[in-house]
Amino acid sequence: MDLIVPLLLQLFQIGLVILVAPLLAGFVRLLKARLQRRSGPPLLQIYRDLAKLTGKDAIVAGDASWLIVLAPYAIFVLTWIAAALVPSFATGLPFSGAGDLIAVVALLGTARFFQMLAALDVATAFGGLGASREAMFASLAEPAMLMIVFTVAVVAGSSQLSAIADFMHSQAAGLRLSLGLGLVALVIVALAETGRFPVDNPATHLELTMVHEAMVLDYSGRHLALIELAHALKLTLYMSLIACIFVPFGMAGPGAALPALAIALVGYVGKLAAGAVLLAVFETTIAKMRIFRVPNFIGAALMLGLLGTLLLFVSATL
Amino acid sequence: MTPIILVCAMAFLLLGALGAVLGRRPSGHVVVYGGSLAVAGVALLASLTQLCFGIAPVPRVLLPIGLPGLGMHFTMDDLASLFLIITNLGAAAASLFALGYGRHEHEPWRILPFYPVFLAAMNLVVIAADAYGFLLCWELMSVASWGLVMAHHTDAAIRRAGTIYLLMASAGTLALLLCFGLLAGAHGHYAFAAMRNAHRSSWIGALVIILALIGAGSKAGLVPMHVWLPHAHPAAPSHVSALMSGVMTKVAIYAFIRIVFDLVGPAAWWWGLVVLLVGGMTAVLGVLYALMEDDIKTILAYSTIENVGLIFVGLGLALAFKADGMMIAAALALTAALFHALNHMLFKSTLFFGAGAIQHATGTRDLAQLGGLIHRMKISTVPMLIAAMAIAALPPLNGFASEWLLLQAILLSPALPQFGLKLAVPAIGALVALSTAFASACFVRFYGIAYLGRARSPEAATAHETDRFSRGAMIGLAGLCLAAGVLPGLVIDVLAPVTHALLGARLPAQAGLAWLAVVPVASSQSSYDPLLIAVFIAISGGLTALTLYRFGSRVTRRAPAWACGYQERDPAALRGTGQYSPSGFAQPIRRVFATLMFRAHDDVVLPPPGDIGPARLTHHWTDPVWAALYTPLVSTIGLIAERMNRLQFLSIRKYLGFVFVALVVLLMWTALWT
Repeated sequence: MDLIVPLLLQLFQIGLVILVAPLLAGFVRLLKARLQRRSGPPLLQIYRDLAKLTGKDAIVAGDASWLIVLAPYAIFVLTWIAAALVPSFATGLPFSGAGDLIAVVALLGTARFFQMLAALDVATAFGGLGASREAMFASLAEPAMLMIVFTVAVVAGSSQLSAIADFMHSQAAGLRLSLGLGLVALVIVALAETGRFPVDNPATHLELTMVHEAMVLDYSGRHLALIELAHALKLTLYMSLIACIFVPFGMAGPGAALPALAIALVGYVGKLAAGAVLLAVFETTIAKMRIFRVPNFIGAALMLGLLGTLLLFVSATL
Repeated sequence: MTPIILVCAMAFLLLGALGAVLGRRPSGHVVVYGGSLAVAGVALLASLTQLCFGIAPVPRVLLPIGLPGLGMHFTMDDLASLFLIITNLGAAAASLFALGYGRHEHEPWRILPFYPVFLAAMNLVVIAADAYGFLLCWELMSVASWGLVMAHHTDAAIRRAGTIYLLMASAGTLALLLCFGLLAGAHGHYAFAAMRNAHRSSWIGALVIILALIGAGSKAGLVPMHVWLPHAHPAAPSHVSALMSGVMTKVAIYAFIRIVFDLVGPAAWWWGLVVLLVGGMTAVLGVLYALMEDDIKTILAYSTIENVGLIFVGLGLALAFKADGMMIAAALALTAALFHALNHMLFKSTLFFGAGAIQHATGTRDLAQLGGLIHRMKISTVPMLIAAMAIAALPPLNGFASEWLLLQAILLSPALPQFGLKLAVPAIGALVALSTAFASACFVRFYGIAYLGRARSPEAATAHETDRFSRGAMIGLAGLCLAAGVLPGLVIDVLAPVTHALLGARLPAQAGLAWLAVVPVASSQSSYDPLLIAVFIAISGGLTALTLYRFGSRVTRRAPAWACGYQERDPAALRGTGQYSPSGFAQPIRRVFATLMFRAHDDVVLPPPGDIGPARLTHHWTDPVWAALYTPLVSTIGLIAERMNRLQFLSIRKYLGFVFVALVVLLMWTALWT
């Protein structure tokens, strides 16, 4: 029993992220539509889309190689594993030692590597355009993310997400300037990495502005379903990450009883919903940036992250 | 094991002689490369046995050759065994690759005599135990590799590369000579054992560090001594490029570790700071160069500079931790550096082999002429993909494992007491993160443009797969990348005796942990388990595919890609258009990051109104190191040489006068000195 229950909880978490991801993406879409005085698609529309896409034949570009067939699976699986490594409702699950925050960031990096390669494999200008812009964003967003990892890991004394959540939950964390800087930086990185406003428009198909969409234009059928699901998973991952590091309240510790787990689960869904509302309001009130303004935006995250880390290295209490 | 390595080195030298004799025969390359493969295999086994099982019957060998009364000392401790493993594994792979690749060489007699000598020299440098033997073998290594670089000397660019290489190698050796002179002290103890026990003042130690940084760093490719590397490494034949980039830079790193961690004695904290700063700058600049370059082998050479920078960051951290007595943290940083050195040999050799295969198959190294090779080189594309992912530090491959250790070491650094280090280490951490992100972009560009998409030239469209020896070498090394990435705990355990010998501390044994996880420092609770992640990837990938095929459509159809209505049936007409070019891919990064440092800019040339010619977009960038350091240096030397030239046309009286004055000055100096 000592082993079975945590393992089941672990499996539940792995399944939970994949079930909740389309719901979260659909909720943000619905909220945005309502804020813009549109009625918007039903909440469960994304599930229907995914089911429909799965049933369709996959069409692959004529000049592409086996890589473009492999890429959707790789992108989906790597994003899924990264999302499953972020504690959602419980800390200290059996596989939480498999990867720390650095590994989560790097797994997303591997997924992006495949995404960019597959985009170049299509042999159209769009793929190259998307991959080239994504490479520029990533070369700023990834160091910014690592600076945030440094900030959080130095405060918590570990880069293990469960340990970080437990530490932040305890009284020892307190209010710190460096953590504030880290939070702002993490929000900027999350917006950039999930392709939201003001960096990218998740609903665009306009060639001058799109980044992420340019890379996935040529997917169809089950491949597109995997890419869409991976994209939704990434949004869930970043929201869970922010929740786990900065609002870890209500999370169940190791060996928690059933009521505590239920409360933690409700709390997790509540945190995601709150995040969705904030994201929808933010996206409705802001305009998209020009492409060469974006480096300043993500560069600010890098500088904030660096500043947070420097503060911590200089003084342990800031 | 030392005598075995010495015998192997002799065998290499003998093969060199054979190469000189058989160079013009068709059997020559089989004898030399086959022999080198066998000898490197024996040396590899010997060094593996010593490091992994601790078997070392003869600790020290003294040969009665060399300076009178001194002889040449050779010994093989744990550090030397590790670098012998790196050297001979790389040598074995390069020889296997060359068994196939060397057949296409037009003038094999220019390569065959030097190749085994180069291997012998690298082995001898690592086991040398006195300054005289070390420097002699070091010079032999430089000269042999120079001979290999100059193999195709009819090309003016290669002659220039050779000249720059020779100059930088001489300058580097001069620095090492002075460095060993300081280490030997006034009484001239040239044996390493004597240097280790000598007491020297702190400023001599500081001078030794600076000289070692210049001497070993110029061979390894530290900025700003890196200028020869992107010229010389690509100029050599590909298996030699792989050796120079993958192995010779490691021998240089060995020299630095030997001097700084072993010979010079207790470290001051600011040595670590200097090494850290140089390493961080090298990492970022190296990869930015690589991102802007279009020649595949030059990209790989610049990327070597980046990886050397990362290794030096690890060494600098280890030095800083060592100076402050944090030995476990020092062991972690040193392990990260050594692990990365091994990894870099694995993936960089693979990548150079692949570049050689591309060069032979298409006759070009220009990225803008390639494309679509994945369809033509069906097998060798897989090890290239693995190596490109490994060098981009992506899990679950080996590049990420060593990078993860390095980042864990950086996370331990808030405990360092010095303010300078407290401020510098996070900034270096940002540089490391930046260089990793750039490396990812760089190798997406390299692999994506060379192998994916459509062919950009007729040569690329008709490329052919490389031979089975070359494929074997690439697959073997890529397999090791995968193995070291999934089981990093085993590598850490192999490295533990080395850190124990140098620092007196080692990381806890990793092999016994559940699921072969990696937990380097127990107190930080951070762990990484690539085996578990790989198992997850396999299971969830299999489940996903099964689910989709069970419940969804299984059909995959082919159709032309949509390109905004610009569609031509004739593939030849589309060639080179429609797809992104390598410089186009790098343009956003170039524009954001290189405008200041490299003065990169794009020029748009529009045709005048009424002209229907195409608009042209060209881009330029300048190397700040050449502009700021070497161009003034060269012109200053030229100026001095011109002034000194007058001395050649003096009368005999003036010459006698000079000799007299010089004599008086020297006599006064000796009188005052004592």
